[in-house]
Order: sequence, then structure tokens, then C-alpha cells
Amino acid sequence: MEHFALWLAAFLTLGIISFLYKDNAWYKLTEAIFVGLSAGYWFVTLFWDNFYGKFWIGKGEHAYLYVGAFLGLLMLLRLIPKIGWISRWPLSFIVGATSGLWLINYFSSNIMKQVQATIFPLFSSQYGAGFDAGAATVIGNLVIFLGTFTGLVYFFFSKEHKGAFGYTAKVGIWVIMITFGASFGYTVMSRMSLFIGRIDFLLSDWLGMIL
Amino acid sequence: MMNAFTPPLALALVDIGRIISLTLIAAGLLWLFIRAIKLKEVERRVIFLFIFISVAAPILFPTVFKEKATPVVKAVFDKIESLPPGSKVLLSYDFDPAMAPEVQPMADAFSRHCLVKGHKIIYMCLFATGQGQFTRTMENVIRPEFPEKIDGVDYVNIGYKAGNEGVLNVIISDFKKMFPTDVNAVPYDSIEVFKGIRSCKDLDLIISIGGGRPGIKEWVLFVGDPGDVPIATGVAAVVAPQLYPYYPKQLLGLLGGVKGAAEYESELVAHYSRFKDSPTPALLMMGPQTLAHIVIMAFIIIGNVLFIQGRRKEGKR
Repeated sequence: MEHFALWLAAFLTLGIISFLYKDNAWYKLTEAIFVGLSAGYWFVTLFWDNFYGKFWIGKGEHAYLYVGAFLGLLMLLRLIPKIGWISRWPLSFIVGATSGLWLINYFSSNIMKQVQATIFPLFSSQYGAGFDAGAATVIGNLVIFLGTFTGLVYFFFSKEHKGAFGYTAKVGIWVIMITFGASFGYTVMSRMSLFIGRIDFLLSDWLGMIL
Repeated sequence: MMNAFTPPLALALVDIGRIISLTLIAAGLLWLFIRAIKLKEVERRVIFLFIFISVAAPILFPTVFKEKATPVVKAVFDKIESLPPGSKVLLSYDFDPAMAPEVQPMADAFSRHCLVKGHKIIYMCLFATGQGQFTRTMENVIRPEFPEKIDGVDYVNIGYKAGNEGVLNVIISDFKKMFPTDVNAVPYDSIEVFKGIRSCKDLDLIISIGGGRPGIKEWVLFVGDPGDVPIATGVAAVVAPQLYPYYPKQLLGLLGGVKGAAEYESELVAHYSRFKDSPTPALLMMGPQTLAHIVIMAFIIIGNVLFIQGRRKEGKR
């Protein structure tokens, strides 16, 4: 059984990689298996965890679970085109509840605390008795502040990008480009790691070629 | 796997293999560079072939580089190191097999570090697939390397609950409400690890390992900031740049991709000699990573040469 699983995994991995040569039936089969398997896995997991684990077991104790089950049922009405519009009700509930859940935390963490983290003092008791930060900290704090400021200036389109304002916007676009470059570098590393993972599987687990 | 007992002939073969593969890659790139100067385009499959060789060669002939922990990684290591034995650490496996090559080494390294320090670990996951990934840690780290550690006493797995940030919104005030039992159906109150823990606020450290949604952002927004709980993370490289703004105020440290994992592994091996022979998959992956990045950079240069030569030719016309 273990050998079968190993060969199946190798067959599917090679099927996905075969797309690099050109689109083919092997790749399409592998892709379909992957999509189907993912959907099936999530269906089973959510069925047992949500429907059975939460609703079916807890329905006797908590009557409000029926409300959730009813809204879930309404969602399935999308499958009947004539009354599919009813499925918008549970959707609006989800959107409203999620907004309510996120609003306060998002504002506090991603706005207030992030603004605080952008403007650091250059001289403060937090750096010790001498109130002086090291050169690296001062430069770092200035880069964060100026980078954020100039980046925001670039996106201010109500005034023509000319003169000092234009120069500031130009610095901003450089900061944005460097940020994109760093993101691109990390993305390459991430994708390469996944590829290394599969090649390692093929050479090591499947073919047993590693010393 | 190569170690101190690998026969000299095998070591010599590895060296020969390294030299041959590096020569092959360098010669191939030079040939493509010369072709680019002559304005001959590179077929995309040739690029794929080069990437394949640059990844496969350091795997077949292992090439390991020395890594030194950067401050952002060292901060996580130092935090775990500074906690007194018996501290409660939560490790959340918020990832799936697709992310595993990058973040599983981090999860294993965190587990090793916490267990060797004598911390109590609570394992959970916001991804359903995280449970399968925890099984790997169990089989590859806990059982073989820490057979003396007891389930429920030194660590506990409370598994997966659907609900994303909804789960976090509950456990910030009451763990038991969301996790009345662990995965083995042992009631919350009889699990020793949970003694003295009512909510996430009673934990000494939370580490979310992942890179998708739900993940570290949700942990910071719904637990770290409102509960004032120290949070660290190990994430897939693709999301790391989005998380740097949280460091150091909202995130005490961050492991970004396989590089972060390799730095953590090297720090662990440097501090604890018992891990010298433990697997270090992230450190091994840095060989193919480095070579593949060099090849990609070479192709960027070749592409630019082609572009400049093309413009020159157009200008002459």
C-alpha cells in the first residue's frame, strides 16, 4: 500500500510538472484530481466539524443553532434559479457579521498601532538613560517614516506632481518599487521552495537517489 | 543522508558531482549569454531545464551553507530560550501540505526547542489540514527524539475547529468553550497542560505557523493585540513582506520562508549539541535555493542583454 501511494504521488507530481513542456491530458487529469480531492476533503471536513460537530450534537442545548442551520439551508437555494435570490439573505448576514467582527480589531491593530509604529521618536527614554538611539535605529526610523510619507505623496493625485512635490513623489515611487522588488524576491523563494520540495520527493522518496 | 560516518568514496563522489553540475550550469549560462548578445532568444523550456538542474544538483550532491540568525529570527529564538521551564506555548499549525516544504521545518524546529526547554506545548490548527501536518511532527520529532514526553502532560493536541477568526474570538476569553476536549476526547479539565489556563491571555507565547488565511494576521488582530499576548510567527516567504510592518511591536519575531527556517535550525544546532544529528531540512534546502536564485539572476541579465541588443538593432534601422 505504501509503495502504491508513493508511485501514485510521483505519477501526480510528474503530471503537474509536465505542463512546463506543454498543456496535455496527463496534466489535465492531475489537475482535475487535485481540484476534486480538495473540494471533497473540505466538504467532508466541514460537514463533520460544522454540521455534525456543532449543529447536530449541540442542537438540543442551543436553540439558536437552528437559525444558523436555516441560513445555511437558504444558501443552497442558489441551486434553484427561480428562488436563487433568497441566498443573498444569508450572504448579507455573513458580510454584516464579518464586518462587525473585524471593524474594531482592524481599526485598532492595522490603523492605530500601525500609525504608531511608523512614527518613532528619535530621542526618547525608551532608548535608555542617554535618550539616544544608535545610528542604525535612527536611520531605520527615518527610513520608515520618510518611506511611508513619500509613498503616500505618490498616491496624492489632487495636485500635479511638479517641483518639490514631484520630487517627493519620485522618492515615493522608488520606495514602492523597492518594496515590490522585495516582495518579488520572497515570492520567488517561496515558489522555489515548493519546487524543491517536489524534486526532493521525486529524487529521495521515490527514486531513493540521495546519498 | 551524509554524516561523519559517510565513506570517503561517497564524499569524493559528491564533490565530483558538485563540480560537474556547477560547470555544466556555468557553461550553459555562458553559452546562452553569448547567444543573447547575438540576439538569439532563449526558449522557455531551456529556462525550466536550467532551473531543474540547479535545484536537483544540490539535492543529489548536498551543498550546505552556514547560516547566521538575523535579529528578526533571533528574537523568536531568544524568547523561547528566555521563558522558564514549564511555560505554556501554543503552536498553531495554520498550513496545508502545499506550504509544508517551507514551514514544516519551522514547526519541527519550534517543537524541538520548546520540548528541550521543558515548555508545555498546546498544538492546534486553524487549517483542517494542519492536523495531518502535526502528525508529521509527532512521528518525526516528538516520538523519536522525546520519547519521555507524555501526551497531556508535556504537550496536547486540541486539533482543528472551523470558524477562522471566530475561533480566535472565542479562545481569547474562554478556551474550553471552543475546545471542550483534546483530539483524543480527553476532557479539558483533566488535561494537565491546561492547568491554570482559561484563555489565550494565560499563555506565555503563541506561535502561528502558516502563510494563508486564517493565519498570523488573524492571530495578531484577534488575540495578540486585544489580549496583549506575545506572538511570533513562521510563514511562507510569499506573505513575509506583508508581515514585516507588525515587527517588532505587534509581532516579536518572524521566520520568513525557508531562509528563516534555516537560520532558526542553525541557531538550534549551535545551542544544543543533541540536535547535531537531527534532520535540518531547511538548511539542506538553502543549497538548491541559492543556486536556483543565481540562475534566475543570470536569466534576468540575459533577458536584459537581449532587450538592450534588440533596442540597439532597432535604433540602427
